[in-house]
Amino acid sequence: MSARGVYRAMIGFYILLFFAFLFGPLIVMGITAFNTPTYPQVYPFERFTLEWFALLIGDQNLMTGMRNSLIIGLMVVSLSVPLGLAGAIVMTQIHARARSLYYLVVVSPVLTPGVILGISTVIFWSDVVDWTGTREQLFQGFFLATLGQSTFISAYCMLIFMSRLQRFDPAQEEAALDLGATRTQVFFHVLLPFLKPAILSAAVLAFLSSFENYNTTTFAILADKTLTTVLAGRVRQGTTPAISALAVLIIAVTLAGAVVYEVLRRREQARDDQRARAAAQAERADIAPLAGISHA
Amino acid sequence: MSNPVTSAALFALPLVVAGLFWLLTLRERCRAGVGASQGFVHRNGPVIATYLVVAVGFWALFMIVWPLLYMVDYSFHRKLPPSRRGGPADVYTLENYWYFVYGSTRVFTSFNWIHINAFWQTILVSVVITIANFAICYPLAYYMAQVAQPAKLRALLLLLIVPYWVNEILRAFAFLILFGTGGTLNAIMIGLGLIDAPIDFIGANVALYAGLTYAYLLLMIFPLYNAIESLDRNQIEAARDLGAPWWHIHLNVVMPFAKPGIASGCTLVFMLVAGSLAAPLVLGGPKTLWFTPIVYDRFYQAFNWQQGSAYAIILLLTCIAFVMMVMRIFKVSLSEITR
Repeated sequence: MSARGVYRAMIGFYILLFFAFLFGPLIVMGITAFNTPTYPQVYPFERFTLEWFALLIGDQNLMTGMRNSLIIGLMVVSLSVPLGLAGAIVMTQIHARARSLYYLVVVSPVLTPGVILGISTVIFWSDVVDWTGTREQLFQGFFLATLGQSTFISAYCMLIFMSRLQRFDPAQEEAALDLGATRTQVFFHVLLPFLKPAILSAAVLAFLSSFENYNTTTFAILADKTLTTVLAGRVRQGTTPAISALAVLIIAVTLAGAVVYEVLRRREQARDDQRARAAAQAERADIAPLAGISHA
Repeated sequence: MSNPVTSAALFALPLVVAGLFWLLTLRERCRAGVGASQGFVHRNGPVIATYLVVAVGFWALFMIVWPLLYMVDYSFHRKLPPSRRGGPADVYTLENYWYFVYGSTRVFTSFNWIHINAFWQTILVSVVITIANFAICYPLAYYMAQVAQPAKLRALLLLLIVPYWVNEILRAFAFLILFGTGGTLNAIMIGLGLIDAPIDFIGANVALYAGLTYAYLLLMIFPLYNAIESLDRNQIEAARDLGAPWWHIHLNVVMPFAKPGIASGCTLVFMLVAGSLAAPLVLGGPKTLWFTPIVYDRFYQAFNWQQGSAYAIILLLTCIAFVMMVMRIFKVSLSEITR
């Protein structure tokens, strides 16, 4: 075998190992969801069963947690997408040292351990509600978990918007202004449509990050529960294949979601490409007569 | 909050900084020249300008800066019953930090070895796992960025992302099934006759370390991939033509070029491993030492929020020190790390 062949075989083997490490544990977990023994096991595989899935649906705590996670996820999306967008727009309008200071402040949550964001949120708001006398209304797990998670999820969203804004052509904005649009109209009819794919990505990312967050949530959720906090309690109590079954469901749902998202994104991409081609063609058509004149 | 003066100062400080910040932006806009000298409100229109200021103000002040300052302030207070908070006994003190070092707020004769060891072990293991992650991910990132065909690359990217949609607890649970005393690995090894009695992977922390290594692979792969991807293939070819051995090419051509990506991946993985709570809770054995569960227990077992804050700040300072060290070693800026 040639040196190149050996090299390729080694690379192939390495990639195989890597993905075995990546998927092995998940596949093992997946198999245990369909096996009968009460301790999750793959081998020996006794009998195929769906009873663990049935058990899951009857689990009141888990279902409440799931519902709460969905609600919090939606609240996080509706808070952190606008915050991230504002953060990114402000970033494009300031310069030099002001920009570095601002960047440091708004990006710091990405680099702060999640537990610390949860802790600081709870401490701060527990005093704020005391001063304002709103403990009853505001000192709630839902509210605090949403705020705590949005602290860093907004920064994720901001980074997504920033990379999209880099490709924004200010000429579009100027054209709209010249045609008599107000600044507010420009924002809603020029900037937001341009940012639509980024808004979609940010919303999906925000929801997923919120849904699977544990570190911040476990501090901020107080007496309420989310899917992850219920799960953490369950897993610590003991292992049951019902949890594997839940994992299988989550993987199935997210995979379906990912496929839908990917299809939507591809379609958007194709439309963008088409538009770019059309624009290029139009431009060529514009230039052609000029070229003709110069030749003549 | 102990007294009105400090709480007022705490609230005013960020506002002052925000004011200074505003002046700074004004000055720098003036410096930038005529083209950029449009006012903020004029540039965005009143409605959007209000939205931007309110949103960024709320985010930066109410969600990031004040909570953090509050936590710092909290960590210098004693735990007191609500009726005595703000009273004469509520003074600034280092007690919570002494507790971390000595295990007592009065007697300073013996060290609090359990917490100190947990702390150092967390940091040390996090560093080792970060390096391991780099070693595991670098070849694949390089392969994806420079060798793989586009179709194969897309498939690989998709495969990489899939496991990260499963949440952290469930991923840890998968390792519990794999490594438990009655788990798959033990069952297989006993079945093959390799061992007679199950090995306690959980107690030996094998499960925990494997789970932590697994948990953040993606956050290492992507920055590395992005950095290596922008390297011009010709540079590698040139080095090869000049007779450089393969490890020379990586050490002297690819890695220096990918420095921002390496720094980015390493800081992200370190922060996440050192601050991880789910994996140690699920995969930790009875004798496992990890710092974040201790912080958690300060809060929700001992109900001593002040002490918990002090512990959280120790963790935060360590993480900041680590980020700064990485930035210094790799000579990269913060914006390159978080890209």
